[in-house]
Amino acid sequence: MAERERRLTPPYGGVFVARTRVMSADDMQRATWRMAHEIIERNHGLDGVVLIGLQTGGVPLAARLAEALRQIEGIEVPVGCLDVAFYRDDIGLRPVLPEAVTDIPGDLDGHTVVLVDDVLFTGRTIRAALDALTDYGRARAVQLAVMVDRGHRELPIRPDFVGKNLPTRRDEVVDVAADGVDLGEMVK
Amino acid sequence: MSRPGSGARRHGDPRNLISIGDLGPDVADGIEEVMRLTDSFVEVSERAIPKVPTLRGRTVVSLFFEDSTRTRLSFETAAKRLSADTMTFSVGTSSVKKGESLRDTVETIEAMGVDAIVVRHASSGVPRQVAQWAEASVINAGDGWHEHPTQALLDCYTIRQRAGGVAGKRIAIVGDVKHSRVARSDVGAFTALGAEVTLVAPPTLLPPSLDGWPVKVSHDLDSVLASTDVCYLLRMQRERMSEALVPSLREYTALYGLTARRADLLPEHALIMHPGPMNRGVEIAAEVAERQGAVIVDQVRNGVAVRMAVLFLLLGSGTEWGGESDR
Repeated sequence: MAERERRLTPPYGGVFVARTRVMSADDMQRATWRMAHEIIERNHGLDGVVLIGLQTGGVPLAARLAEALRQIEGIEVPVGCLDVAFYRDDIGLRPVLPEAVTDIPGDLDGHTVVLVDDVLFTGRTIRAALDALTDYGRARAVQLAVMVDRGHRELPIRPDFVGKNLPTRRDEVVDVAADGVDLGEMVK
Repeated sequence: MSRPGSGARRHGDPRNLISIGDLGPDVADGIEEVMRLTDSFVEVSERAIPKVPTLRGRTVVSLFFEDSTRTRLSFETAAKRLSADTMTFSVGTSSVKKGESLRDTVETIEAMGVDAIVVRHASSGVPRQVAQWAEASVINAGDGWHEHPTQALLDCYTIRQRAGGVAGKRIAIVGDVKHSRVARSDVGAFTALGAEVTLVAPPTLLPPSLDGWPVKVSHDLDSVLASTDVCYLLRMQRERMSEALVPSLREYTALYGLTARRADLLPEHALIMHPGPMNRGVEIAAEVAERQGAVIVDQVRNGVAVRMAVLFLLLGSGTEWGGESDR
């Protein structure tokens, strides 16, 4: 997860050095649990809901959200993963390679897709994800769940479910791992 | 005659794909990278809308001085699925007929603003020469007896897909190795990935020197088959029969054709491959091409996804072969 944040955020490369722990593992679990409740509330249940994690940071979070939804409602929600490399708007400007094969569970026509990512920053990854989703069908609605919203949007995109709003400087790096969320810098 | 993958193993060429050796300082890493990426493009190809916007605004031109249907169509399909624009330059209808030189042809095409040139030519070395003149990336789609690197990549991918990997596989390449650019690229790729390659052919159809080729040689197909995981048949190039390298096609088939009887000698799990176009009844019996282990159609299908991966790596990814960059 940390790897992805490094690759998609300038400066590319270097080593991440954590400065502050902003969420503990327990905080993340509570936030996941709350977001699961909010997803159920917003959609009046889980009928037609599909979770899609964005490679790579969103994938484990989507699995954790699905587990929380199962425990709350007793329903197994389909979970997929999406790699947006082929849809990015900075192809040719910097190295872009997919990290894993996209796996979308079935046709999305008429379903409510909840995109899941670890950090929402410029919004460009989500823009690419929205383009990618249209190639898999016409979802009834697309919602966005992120563990951390760090601001600095460059596109008119906002999340529907947020683990934590975290004001940051542009040059800081947010690192979401299984055991917590750190704020720090890249050191070349 | 140079060793497959030689030379370029030392330099690599991050901008072009002329020989298998261009795939980076470590050829095996470069091939693995292409195969990983191909997995993603196979997924794209299986969708209801098998198209991604990745190379919008890029132009890929096919410059074919030799007949080809499958390779040209495969490259054009790959480019279109990446949303690139494609142009075809076929020599039959071009100014080459009026005596235009290769260099002028390339400069004319370049002036139109292209990003990649896919070249096929009957003479070895033409794609490398074109690459020296052109700013665009050059992809070799087969030059003379030299190389056909995308064929080798799709062969590696097909073996990996159907047999779980290339390393350690015993691969027999059977037939006209001497005139085969496919064989040269395949030997380079298969051995780089750690396969054991045996060339099976009459002495007249082997290159004059095999110095430095990391392969075994046999003139007896029957004795090789039982210990073969992949039987790779080369096309018998009928147009070369005038050179009297084999007494007759019938005799060739009797000694080196994969007949139904011979195919029974292969282990149950063995794959049967052919780069196409097949001469059914010559190097491969019609019935054998339809068997369980025959993956000739898979080779064609994978060809599109592999060529998407190559075009993406050269034009879109911003990384170099064997990508040290960010991984």
